[in-house]
Amino acid sequence: MYVAVKGGERAIDNAHAWLAEERRGDLSVAEMSIAQIREQLSLAVNRVMAEGSLYDPDLAALAIKQSRGDLIEAIFLIRAYRTTLPRFGATVPVETGEMRCDRRISATFKEAPGGQVLGPTFDYTHRLLDFKLAAEGEPATAPQSEGRTDPTPHITGFLQGEDLIQTEPRDETEPRDITRQPMSYPADRATRAQALARGDEGFVLSLAYSTQRGYAKNHAFVGELRIGLVDVEMEIPELGFSIDIGEVQLTECETVNQFAGSKTEPPQFTRGYGLVFGQTERKAISMALVDRALRWEELGEDFKGAPAQDEEFVLSHCDNIQATGFLEHIKLPHYVDFQSELELVRKMRREAADNAAAQEAAQ
Amino acid sequence: MSLMDDYNFAYLDEQTKRMIRRAILKGLAVPGYQVPFASREMPMPYGWGTGGVQVSAATLTPDDTLKVIDQGADDTTNAVSIRKFFERTAGVATTEETTEASIIQTRHRIPEVDLTEDQVLVYQVPIPEPLRFLEPRETETRKMHSLEEYGLMHVKLYEDISRHGNISTAFAYPVMVNDRYVMDPSPIPKFDNPKMEMAAIQLFGAGREQRIYAVPPWTKVVSLDFEDYPFEASKADHSCELCGSDSSYLDEVILDDAGNRMFVCSDTDYCRSRREAGHQGRLAGETV
Amino acid sequence: MTATAALTGGFANAPVDAAHAFRAIMTVMARPGEIRSVTQATPPAPLSVAAGTLILTLCDPETGLHLAGACDTPAVREWVAFHTGAPIVAPADAVFAVGSWADLSPVSQFPIGTPEYPDRSASLIVECNALTASGAVLEGPGIRDTAHLSLPETAAFAANHALYPLGLDFFFTAGDQVAALPRSTAVREG
Ligand SMILES: [Zn+2]
Repeated sequence: MYVAVKGGERAIDNAHAWLAEERRGDLSVAEMSIAQIREQLSLAVNRVMAEGSLYDPDLAALAIKQSRGDLIEAIFLIRAYRTTLPRFGATVPVETGEMRCDRRISATFKEAPGGQVLGPTFDYTHRLLDFKLAAEGEPATAPQSEGRTDPTPHITGFLQGEDLIQTEPRDETEPRDITRQPMSYPADRATRAQALARGDEGFVLSLAYSTQRGYAKNHAFVGELRIGLVDVEMEIPELGFSIDIGEVQLTECETVNQFAGSKTEPPQFTRGYGLVFGQTERKAISMALVDRALRWEELGEDFKGAPAQDEEFVLSHCDNIQATGFLEHIKLPHYVDFQSELELVRKMRREAADNAAAQEAAQ
Repeated sequence: MSLMDDYNFAYLDEQTKRMIRRAILKGLAVPGYQVPFASREMPMPYGWGTGGVQVSAATLTPDDTLKVIDQGADDTTNAVSIRKFFERTAGVATTEETTEASIIQTRHRIPEVDLTEDQVLVYQVPIPEPLRFLEPRETETRKMHSLEEYGLMHVKLYEDISRHGNISTAFAYPVMVNDRYVMDPSPIPKFDNPKMEMAAIQLFGAGREQRIYAVPPWTKVVSLDFEDYPFEASKADHSCELCGSDSSYLDEVILDDAGNRMFVCSDTDYCRSRREAGHQGRLAGETV
Repeated sequence: MTATAALTGGFANAPVDAAHAFRAIMTVMARPGEIRSVTQATPPAPLSVAAGTLILTLCDPETGLHLAGACDTPAVREWVAFHTGAPIVAPADAVFAVGSWADLSPVSQFPIGTPEYPDRSASLIVECNALTASGAVLEGPGIRDTAHLSLPETAAFAANHALYPLGLDFFFTAGDQVAALPRSTAVREG
């Protein structure tokens, strides 16, 4: 007799077992350690920390290992873990002006205090496969020099001194936390920044690219891109002052954009801003361009119908964990829904055939 | 980290449960209105029942007996996965018998047997906004709900009729709740819509879209229609070939390479209990 | 109340006590007029066991609580602060409020939500001497035909219902008993 498909539970267990076996791969090849991933796939680790919204390189490395290198899956693991963590409080805003920079470049000034520091960049590498890496070689070493001890000033600070760029108003109100409050529109800039900072790198990149190609065109100069370590401080109410609780690596990008101005207001440059965990400069630059595009209303520009200007479109689609979950859920059974449509289409076809037959008979 | 025992009862922390519980209460107070809530990232993907899981987690007590169905069946893979999650994190008893369950989490179906006062039905909802396919912007649809401006929905249904001679919505068929809010009943077949005026409490959770809504017992729930095109709760024009039921919603199963079909109850517990009571369909006992 | 008294009377097993209490609370909100018992908290006087349980189940640092009239004592404040962390606020900022009907009135001082967000409204916990399924006639969602509940009056609740879908939602508490009246319920004299 007909037996409905049973054994979902066993099928799931077997699938998980197979997955674990595949994850390990060929047993004659040494297993990767978390430390190896953390040290040697550090840019993947950085992306997982940024989009997972959790700064912990070891956990990110573990997630990458567990997800077999599927970074969106790794980000998902980190997000789900993050949900279970208790919240002790919020830190004092980090001071990126005090960043100990590994990399700091400006496209707007040839030279500036703090200098142009290329740092560990792919920028001028020729993209030729390096077959030496296929073999285990000598460890690479780079020449050393004394680091800068003074803080590296922000490039936009020099423009601000002359009032050439808009001063961003200081806002002491506590920003909403998009992981603790549901999103609502319109969203303020701090809320948008949070969503973009954890948004999918590919999505934010493509939106930024679209602004460069004329969809809400607003030419952006990279005023400054800096990557380095900043101290994280927390205020301890019982002590009455703040203490250092550690340091994080950040990438910050400030773009200098076309000037606004009117008959009453002299022209001034405007800016876009990106700030992301880790060495993640493609993401930080993209974020700055999209941030700037989303500011059209505040800066008195026209809404040109461009995707990057459309706050609700950008914010409700930038999260890859939401996107991938909903996209992939169409793999789940939908046969009840499909059956209801099947019946309806059959019924409508029957009615159409009956109508045609009736017409023929009438003729 | 992988040990579920380390997590709180029903996985969520107490503050998260309180936030969800407050949203459920507001949902019950304003039936059909979608209450925003700060959905958490669950250890299962968005779109796979995270909203229903969060609502169930906030509603469960250790004394509950939980049933989880997907497409009407208890042993579809995602139903199994969610049931296992609550067995591990809440330690609750589970059952496949509709009448034994105190909380039923469902995707896409309402069980065939009438639910009782002591039961809670939790729906998994993918897109809670019934107007979303007509107007993608939340800012606009929220305004439309506030103004009770549902003309667009009626225009859409009427366009269906002029094009196809029928309303071409077969599932997730919109309903008017308590004469005020147009609501998405989740992607249940429209066959199930009339069951929504029931004795049990109905809760709806949409995790990715961060919305919770509710229908208290015996609330007026009317499927949208027109006088000349009244709503019709249709199903396949067959009876179940295992248990003989001619009133249950049916799945169509392809039996062989020649494309022969049979129709069986989508509600597997209903079908099983009917067969146990001695009811037989056309193919019961036959080797197919 | 001494400092240590504020530390007592909370949930013995928070996840489980809160879960049981919430099910009762959810049931009464879903079935206006139905009376249930909640016994999980032991708050300082003058709060009833039921009101204390509602506060512990629903309030936390994200919800402003208004203590009306006689309920606003140092002991209650300390207890609420220790067990929930809920900020004590004025009526206009309240997500929850607790007090006698006389102390909560006029209820027009509490937020009723906005047309786009009717959920942004207060829920009031009205302390009563007793609760019985008699008196005012209730009709609406959650009620098959009609129900009865001993309300402190009917006019204010009828006026609240007229604001629907805006409006306040009410819990009534007496000893360890709780009932509810959401804004969706139509009320008339029994
Ligand atoms: Zn059957």
